[in-house]
This record gives sequence, structure tokens and C-alpha cells, in this order.
Amino acid sequence: MGEKKFITGDEAVAYAVKLARVKVVSAYPITPQTPIVERIAKFIADGELEADYIRVESEHSAMAGCLGACMAGVRSFTASASHGLAYMHEMLSYVAGGRFPIVLAVANRSIGPPWSIWGEQQDSIQQRDTGFIQLYVESAQEAFDTVLQAFKIAENPEVFTPVMVCLDGFHVSHTEELVEIPDQAEIDRFLPPFTPNALLNPDEPMSLTMGASDRLYTKWRYEQFQAIQAAAKVIEAVDKEYGKLFVRSYGGLVDAYRCKGADVIVVTMGGLATGAAKEAADALRKAGIKAGVLKVRAFRPFPAEAVRKHLASAKQVIVIDRDCSYGYEGALCSEVKAALCGLQPCPQVTNFIGGIGGADITPVDVQVLVKKVIKTAPHKPGGIVFQYQEEK
Amino acid sequence: MKITEIAQEEYITGSLSCAGCAELLAVRLALKVLGNRVVLIVPAGCMSTVNCYYPQLPFRVPMFVGPFAATGAILSGVSAGFRMRGIKDVHVVGLAGDGGTADIGLASLSQAIVGRRKFIYICLDNEAYMNTGIQWSSTTPYGAITTTTPLPEIVRESEQNKKDLFSIVIAHRIPYAATACPSYPFDYMEKVKRAAATDGPSFIHVLTPCQSGWGFPSSKTIAMGKMAVESGMWHLCEYRDGKLSFSYVPKNKIPVADYVKIQTRFRRMKPEHIDRLQKLVDERLQAMQEMISEPAEVAP
Repeated sequence: MGEKKFITGDEAVAYAVKLARVKVVSAYPITPQTPIVERIAKFIADGELEADYIRVESEHSAMAGCLGACMAGVRSFTASASHGLAYMHEMLSYVAGGRFPIVLAVANRSIGPPWSIWGEQQDSIQQRDTGFIQLYVESAQEAFDTVLQAFKIAENPEVFTPVMVCLDGFHVSHTEELVEIPDQAEIDRFLPPFTPNALLNPDEPMSLTMGASDRLYTKWRYEQFQAIQAAAKVIEAVDKEYGKLFVRSYGGLVDAYRCKGADVIVVTMGGLATGAAKEAADALRKAGIKAGVLKVRAFRPFPAEAVRKHLASAKQVIVIDRDCSYGYEGALCSEVKAALCGLQPCPQVTNFIGGIGGADITPVDVQVLVKKVIKTAPHKPGGIVFQYQEEK
Repeated sequence: MKITEIAQEEYITGSLSCAGCAELLAVRLALKVLGNRVVLIVPAGCMSTVNCYYPQLPFRVPMFVGPFAATGAILSGVSAGFRMRGIKDVHVVGLAGDGGTADIGLASLSQAIVGRRKFIYICLDNEAYMNTGIQWSSTTPYGAITTTTPLPEIVRESEQNKKDLFSIVIAHRIPYAATACPSYPFDYMEKVKRAAATDGPSFIHVLTPCQSGWGFPSSKTIAMGKMAVESGMWHLCEYRDGKLSFSYVPKNKIPVADYVKIQTRFRRMKPEHIDRLQKLVDERLQAMQEMISEPAEVAP
């Protein structure tokens, strides 16, 4: 039997890492992920986790340490955020391109200047094209469950791709919740010991990376492309299996909340936006407005088919982005629009860019937004609403 | 070490390195000492780009081409992973160039030494970014022309001689460090042996003359390394148990001018520049002698 603990999202991640029997942790502190690597250090110091903890000088080296450990044949983990994640960028492409199944937790935070330690999703969105699988969680419990799922997804032989588990800085990372933690034996039944795909082994000498011709390079990239596509099914299967063992599952790639028969659907990622939107949907339904929420859990691979299926019959779609692709629109909005492309009739899409730099998104904010969109449509095409009011 | 004790086995064959490449010789000799229970981490540089292009993979031991800045951290990671698996008989070795060590990889190396995990870091110093076409690195000697220091004016401006990487490394109180040159193969191989026997991190800074980048005939590689040592442009020393010592002191020192005039990279140097370089070299030697002869402080 497991236990229930009143812990933050960051602590929940640390507990999951412990139960995953990670052997090497290579880490560098940065707010708001620091409690993760602090808690892990304590687990090791207290003898609760048998692992080697590499204290590195940068996030670049944090991921490099994980890479080294992975090639030596052990399960490894690190966590980062914000500027640290940006500093890690080269290594992200390297471990993804080399197909090393490492799990990275990101406590999503803004990127300066202006300097801000508070939450948004710009940091991980910027890493979209590194080849990492990206999973966004809503709660401390989901963070715990998803980190364990992430190891199983990453290490699946069809996938062999690193996974980034993203939790909202502060709203999830630092908020205490009651989290159910299964015991070690139960987790061991779910997550088998690490089987590496590429080993530095003198008994079987291999060059693990090399220079490649355009043809070989393209083949390598094509296989990577296919693996991440294949990961979609694996993410769903692993979430289902986890649900069978531990009761909790999260819909795999997306979590559809009251989407059936909804006229207006709010698309979200992470905890803050999803929580606010779900509460708003309940209130709106009571007021006679048929609202629903589609939480995108996997941003990469992007679940275009599921998004299309759930949004097809809605009249209005509002995409909340806690990020911005400057010069265009929110990154999630672009993906949603692309998924809807060709639908007849096609829901009208409005992009809400907000919750950045730690700004709150409340259920009332979402309700006001939904009502405003319903009122103006269909007279005006969906545009971009920036959560900002000029100071008078 | 005797010549008969050098292993017959070759662990790097079919390399595409230039004729007369001292780096390749340094790697070849190191692997003869270490044997095949070894894994190599090789960041961007001549060793990786020239030697790791599929299907031309000359290393006969496991190797990984790593990101430029990450060698130290990857070595720590591999070492930690092996430790957790109880693997004790495999040498974890980094083979990085001067740019990969003294410039972009310095922070990573520093922290890896501080972390005290067991690995051997071999810096193959050919004194510029040779693989990308001879660009200045912080270990390029004063007065040398590279494609990013092409003009005499720039030569005059760069008043510093090469960065003292070895002193930076020993400032970490590393368990074992040495400088070497494959022109002195027995000295070098003995140092590799001692590094391999060290419990913890070890570092060998190897001067590897580069015929393409320095401008000398490919048949003169060994002679060039010897002249570097005899002129004081390079020293053979060792740092063990917290003590620095010379492992070889040239009996007949030659002037720096003799070394400079036979390499085309120094062709823009005027006599005053050569005097300046001689002064920098003399100062460096004096500083090293002071470090060595400084008596230990005794508490009253």
C-alpha cells in the first residue's frame, strides 16, 4: 500500500524520481525547479535513494552528465527551467538526436529581460523543435504520475526519445496538494529496470555518434521523426496501463473536459490555465452556455487528430497561450489552427495570450473571455487577445 | 618504460589525420598504454571530425563524439554511471583539443575535477582551432598568425603568451596532472600510466605540433616538439601529491628565435616581437621554478 502526502509539485517529481530508481542525477539549481533537486539530494543523503548526484556548473553540463550516465547504462534525471533550459538547449538537441531516453522536469518560468522568476510556458515552448517529447501536467499528482510514465515512454524501444515533463512554475511546482504515492513494489511492477539502447561497452566497441553523409543523416532524422510519431500511441498505452495499476490516468495525449456538445471550447496546457478554464466551464454551463475545456497534455508529439476530433463540432475555440511566438501568435494556437485546417465548417479560433510573467488567469477571466468571444462572433474573425491593460 | 614494453596492439587504425599529425600519435600511444578497457569521449575537434565520419571509424574502442563544451560533464556522467553499475576496470577518457579544453570546455572541466570522479582528460593542444581552419584559441602562442589574427598589428596587440591552462588545472588540487609531448614518448606514456593508476580525476596537457597550422614539413613533427621543449615554449612537468616538478629539463636551451623562424605561423614577427616572446617564455620559466622551489611554510 502506498501513502498520501501533502507535498508540492516539485516534491512530487522528486518522489517519482526516487521510485523510478534513478541512478544518476546531474543538476544545477534554478527557480522554480530547485526544490526538485534539493529533495533528491536529501533522499540520497538519507539513504533513501541509491544514486550518484553530480553537482555541475551549468545546465549544459547537467544534461551532459545525464547523457554520460545514460551511455554508461543507468537511468538518469535532471530538472531545469527558464534561462537554465535555454542554456541547456544544445544538449537537448544532442540527447534527442542521439536518442538517449533521459527524463527532464521543467518547472515552467518566464525568460528575461525583464527579469522574472514567475511562471509561463515560454521556456519549454522555445525548446519545441529539439526532438524532446513534451508532456504538460495540471497538478502535483499528475506531475508525480507523469514523471513515472515519462521513463516508461522514453525507454520504450519504439521511442527511445527523451521526455520533458512540464509543470507550471509556482502554480504547480510550489503549491501543496495531497498526492498519492504508491509503494516501491507497485512502481517496480510498472517500471522495469533500465535497458539502455546505446552503451559505451569495451566488450562491444561502438562509435555512438559519428559524422554522416546527407543520406545517412536524413535516414537518422527520418527514424527520429517516426519514433516521435510512434510515441503518441505509447503515451496513450502507458497512461492506460498506469490507470489500471494506480486508478489515475489522464486521457493520454489530451484531456477533454465537458467537450461533448460544447459550443465553445477553451484549449489549454498546464495547471493554471486548465484549472481556471475547467471552473469557468462549470459556471458557464450553469449559466446556459455550453462550454468545455481541452487540455493538451502532449505538445510533442502534437495530438492533431484528437484535437480535431474534440473541437470539430464547436463553434468557437479559444486557445490560451502562456507563451508567444513573437511576430505571429501563441505557439499552441498555431498548432490548434493547423489541426483544424480543412474542417467544414471550421470553428472560429481566438488566441488568448496571458498568464505570463506569473500573471494569474482566474476562472472569472476565462468566463469574461468566453462571453466576449460569443458576443462578437460571428461578426469579427477570431484574433489575438493579449491579457494586458494600459495603465492610465 | 622500455621500448620493448610498448604494446603491439593498435586501437586506432585507418585514420584520416594529416601526415605527421602529432595528435594522432598522442592518441595512438595513449591507447597502447591504456589497452582496450577504455571508453573515449571526443568533442568537436580534429580527433572527432577527421576520424569519425561514417564509415571511416578508425577507433577500435568505444567512443562518443560529444558536444564541444561538455567533455568534463560527460566524463563525470559516464564515471558515475559505471560506479553505480560496479564497473571498475574501464578507463573513462576524454580526448579534447585546446579550444575544447581551454576555451569552451573550461567550465565543464573545472567542475568535473572538483567532482573528483575517476577519469583521464587528455588535452591535445595544437595551439589553435586547426580543424575549422586555423583560428586563434587562448592557447595560441604570442605572435602566431591564424586566420583570425592575420595582421601584424593584431600580433602586436596580443601581448599575452598562451593561456596557462596547466596552472588553472593544478589550482584545483587535482590528484594527478602532467604536461607532455609525443616527441618524448616514454615520458608521455609513463604519465598516461600514472594517470590511469590515479584514483580520481587526472589531466594530461599534451603539446601536439601541427604541420598544417604551424607551417613546417610533415617530416619534422617530432623535431618541432623537441624544439618547443628545448626553447622553453613548452615544459614537461608533473603535478603529484600537491607538488609540481619538472620531468625533463633541457640541458642546452635554445633561443625562442630558433623555434620561431622555422614555422610559417610566426612569419610576421619582427625582432622586437621575438624579444618580447623570449621575455614571456623566460618569465614563465621563472614563475614555474618559483612554484617548484618554494619551500613549504612551517608553522612556528
